[in-house]
Amino acid sequence: MAERSFAREVEDLKLGAGEVFRGEGILAITKALLQSGVGYVGGYQGSPISHLMDVLADAKDVMEELGVHFETSASEATAAAMLAASVMYPVRGAVTWKSTAGTNVASDALSNLASGGVTGGALVIIGEDYGEGSSIMQERSHAFAMKSQMWLLNPRPNLPSIVQAVEDGFELSEVSNTPVMLQVGIRSCHMHGQFVAKDNRRPQYTLRQALENPSRDVNRIVLPPASFLHEKEKIEQRWPAAVAFVRNRKLNEHFGPQTGDVGIIVLGGLYNSLLRTLQQLGLADVYGNSAIPLYVLNVAYPLVDDEVAEFCVGKKAVLMVEEGAPEYIEQSLHTILRRRDIRTHLSGKDVLPIGGEYTAPVLMQGLSAFFEAQAPHLLGNRPPVPDPSPVLADKRIKALAEVVPPRPAGFCTGCPERPIFAAMKLVEKELGPHHISADIGCHLFSILPPFNLGATTMGYGLGPASASAFNVEADKRSIAVMGDGGFWHNGLTSGVSNAVFNKQDGVILVVDNYYSAATGGQDIMSSRARNPRRKTNNSIVNAVKGIGATWVRQIDRTYDVARLRDTLREALTTKEPGPKIIVASSECMLNKQRRVKPQFAKAVKDGRRMVRERFGVDEDVCTGDHACIRLSGCPSLSVKHTDDPLKDDPVAAIDNTCVGCGNCGEVSEAAVLCPSFYRADIIHNPTRIDRFLAAVRGKVIGWLQARREAHRIVFAE
Amino acid sequence: MTDIVTTADRHAAAPALAADKPLAIAVLAMGGQGGGVLADWIVAVAEENGWVAQSTSVPGVAQRTGATIYYIEAIPAREGREPVLSLMPTPGDVDVVIAAELMEAGRSVLRGLVTPDRTTLIASTHRSFAVIEKEKPGDGIGNPTVVTDATDFAARRTIAFDMETLAVKNGSVVSAALFGAVAAAGVLPFSKEAFEATIRAGGKGVEPSLRAFNAAYERTRQKPKDTLTATPPKRLDALPETAGHAQLDALVQRIRQEFPAEAWPLLYAGVRKLTDFQDPAYADEYLDRVATLHALDREHDGAARGHAFTVQAAKYTAVAMAYDDVIRVADLKVRASRFERVRREVGAKADQIVYTTEYMHPRMEEICGTLPKGWGEWIENRPTLFARLDRLVNRGRRVRTGTLFWFAGLYGVSALRRIRRKTLRHAREAAHREAWLALAADTIAANYDLAVEVLNCRRLIKGYSDTHARGHSKFDRVLSALPALTAREDGAAWLRRLRQAALLDEEGVALDGALKTVATL
Repeated sequence: MAERSFAREVEDLKLGAGEVFRGEGILAITKALLQSGVGYVGGYQGSPISHLMDVLADAKDVMEELGVHFETSASEATAAAMLAASVMYPVRGAVTWKSTAGTNVASDALSNLASGGVTGGALVIIGEDYGEGSSIMQERSHAFAMKSQMWLLNPRPNLPSIVQAVEDGFELSEVSNTPVMLQVGIRSCHMHGQFVAKDNRRPQYTLRQALENPSRDVNRIVLPPASFLHEKEKIEQRWPAAVAFVRNRKLNEHFGPQTGDVGIIVLGGLYNSLLRTLQQLGLADVYGNSAIPLYVLNVAYPLVDDEVAEFCVGKKAVLMVEEGAPEYIEQSLHTILRRRDIRTHLSGKDVLPIGGEYTAPVLMQGLSAFFEAQAPHLLGNRPPVPDPSPVLADKRIKALAEVVPPRPAGFCTGCPERPIFAAMKLVEKELGPHHISADIGCHLFSILPPFNLGATTMGYGLGPASASAFNVEADKRSIAVMGDGGFWHNGLTSGVSNAVFNKQDGVILVVDNYYSAATGGQDIMSSRARNPRRKTNNSIVNAVKGIGATWVRQIDRTYDVARLRDTLREALTTKEPGPKIIVASSECMLNKQRRVKPQFAKAVKDGRRMVRERFGVDEDVCTGDHACIRLSGCPSLSVKHTDDPLKDDPVAAIDNTCVGCGNCGEVSEAAVLCPSFYRADIIHNPTRIDRFLAAVRGKVIGWLQARREAHRIVFAE
Repeated sequence: MTDIVTTADRHAAAPALAADKPLAIAVLAMGGQGGGVLADWIVAVAEENGWVAQSTSVPGVAQRTGATIYYIEAIPAREGREPVLSLMPTPGDVDVVIAAELMEAGRSVLRGLVTPDRTTLIASTHRSFAVIEKEKPGDGIGNPTVVTDATDFAARRTIAFDMETLAVKNGSVVSAALFGAVAAAGVLPFSKEAFEATIRAGGKGVEPSLRAFNAAYERTRQKPKDTLTATPPKRLDALPETAGHAQLDALVQRIRQEFPAEAWPLLYAGVRKLTDFQDPAYADEYLDRVATLHALDREHDGAARGHAFTVQAAKYTAVAMAYDDVIRVADLKVRASRFERVRREVGAKADQIVYTTEYMHPRMEEICGTLPKGWGEWIENRPTLFARLDRLVNRGRRVRTGTLFWFAGLYGVSALRRIRRKTLRHAREAAHREAWLALAADTIAANYDLAVEVLNCRRLIKGYSDTHARGHSKFDRVLSALPALTAREDGAAWLRRLRQAALLDEEGVALDGALKTVATL
């Protein structure tokens, strides 16, 4: 089960025509899918559309009622291939993933899909992870749209526009027989807003009908000569059909006056930021009134050449606002203007930065430069614009930069992956550093302090594959890390089978935390939970043995630091050939706590004997070296200053968020750190035997303690 | 807020532009602090009171303990007009910044979100330390007054106090307290009841949230700002008139009579520590030792320097004499006061039973150290025997201190206090201490300040086992520079720098660099 539940919110998916929907972007997208009569939905989780998958999973009742099939795809490639159902049958299908990472994975299927074309509307909702909050490489999905000829929608970031884009997207897909990508940003996914709902629609044609009435057309299969025919169709039929639809349905929007000296063309997703900048320049207001003609591209691809030409003709200059490199649209605009010999000056990345997120200050600089050069009179008496630079130039703020620490994401309190890397650190101290191929997932936090482990990441599930070159005679072996999510996504084949087949001599460490944890705790093949709708509990160890791995070790409690250390050491030194595979398993603590906490509280309330464990530090014993922290980094293991004038450095301290995972004790034991840690077992609802034992022990211990105190000559506290 | 201005003079065909501006609110929080809940509350209270509100966030991976930002814009609704609200804050254009932790308040200033012309900053002043602050072998904690100096300068108005502690006291989390401060600050023109109604409508943990909300609301109205200090407060007691025992009174009397007043607080802390560590006689020995150093201090005109040498000798001789041995650890673990403290720290209720498990890993080194000097050395001189015995003892032991067997064991070890002064460890500690104090004493004539810094180097020795060994090695490496520094007027400053470098990282990389620099002087 995912870490966030949308059980309450999905009720809003049942809203009918005229009712006002209030909520998050991802819920609005789901509602729009249902309003569009979608027949099936698939996808792979990842920021920023993880929650979209969670909403869909939680909305199963609503979806079943409407006859909509939903499944969690094994990968983005699977999800993209799923859209094949819309090739021959008039069923609307939607899939979703994180882009560009997921689009890379999916692109084989997408190319084939786009070549043969679709009958039913096929929509790919991509969460483009760009700028602040992005966790991936900075690229544009736009390139995929162009190379495979899929249409790319980039609606203005407000709920009515996004909902409208979903509905328009299906229609556009159907009239042009082309899959359509709908791009949303992380902020619009998590944006709270409102729109007026419509009734949900059952699919007009169902998957069941399709299955029972199969049809085929060899011309839709990508094989010569059909593939050449597809290319011709794409250019001669699908493209013009799409352009006509976009133009007739006015998917792109105009704001501001009809005419003007200068105009701005902006991608829908950047509209709000542009408008705020114009507002600060005194050229627009908060209600969307603009003194400058604006042409908003809710359809990023294809461009409607005539619309572009009409907008540019008669203007002295036009500014194109698009984020990221290369500047695909600006280049296209140049082509359009040149071919028609329109002399309007076109600005874009000459005044705006080539890369990076277009925040308001960045746009402010670019727009100011554009107006200065092309229409300085529009800036009027230049009202002051927001400018923190005098504040930031002050020496007190400069001093601040030295003090404010970076705070990247890291392992959660009690995370079962922490002891794995603590063990790796201990092995490093014995055997020296190794080349470590990291992977995508929570375990990638190992690259940050305090562990500082991991050299490269080449993509999800590709940790072992990215160590494959190091299959040569050497005194050290490579270590490849991969999570259970990456393992099932493709790592089993791309990594493990490759290593087995090529007799790779390195170590493969599979971090199994029972979930796709980094994306929000969704169930996967090897999840230990019983999921009534999926077949879980499929063993990773059986899988790797099944494809021929021989040196396989399962560690079922990652908190056993000493055992992990010894197993790693063995893997790095054993004479046995072939990949050495360690599967280290313990449940993701975030999910475990979510699962266990209510059970514990209920048991205590019911009067049952329950033992809660948590850790503490005897501050008198701690000498403030923080070696324990350098092997942990747990949020609940912190430091504090003491009032002891003889102690200079802060001592370790464990706060009340400790979940008693045991890592502190195990690490200090394995690394022979210090005896200041203790585990406290707190017995709730003790039994009579507990109370009796405690009383006897208390009596004897109390007597001994009192005896010593009586003989001790010390100053009063 | 509803005036219509025209820019007709500038644009013949331009529309009338409204001057309305949305209220911009940025929330900086870390994962688990309830930043999302707070943003939802703000949106809800605004919507309930006839405003249009939009919030955005960048959650996902950032929620895993990282810092993240929530952004809200709100504006009174106007019939037939849809506001276009921004998805991210513009530096210099934010009305309210809410920071759920002190350094996050600092981060908001660095991002330019806090400006003197308009920003109300509402911050909790508690600290949640970042990994790079915690992992330093020394004190890596950022100076809080640098943050408050900056926020005082950058914000139009600041509301800042420890809302975390206040929230926890009321059984809630910091977001509820922050919401209370927002309500009291008057930055959103809604009644207190409207805010409370929003919390109630949320439906989860309503009562604790309301308690924290109200406590923060009251606190904001009465005392909206706390003053922070750069250095942590230390307990420096005045000498008591009487300590309730003749032997203790004698110690206090000695301090008063033989030492300058500047050294009293640390000497008193020293004798307290050492009577607790061993006995009053040991504390008396300590005073003897410091007295000889004080005599030296007087000789070299220490009075003119506030007896810095005596003061630091008082501090670090006590630290050196109260070394961390097995006996000390056992002694601290079996005390009644410790049993009570653990109960308090873990928040155990009266009807609950608490047992502690200690994680100990004794090695043969520690066993030998605890034996009488001759015995310990005898074993150490026989490596085969030592290794064989080490295999027997060297493993992790989970000691259940609350059970009779283990308590008796620890109690027995702690009783070795009586023979402590005969142990091998004691002999080694004493020898090391004397060598170090002699080094300081030898330096004082040539360079007083440098001698004080030699004393301060004792700070480098701490920890157990490998950590302890590493501390010794750093201590030796830092002091290896001493001959080159004695003749230099800035020698003390250099030795201080070396010591600071040694506390920056575990392996001593910074120290190596600093030593190279010193070598080039």
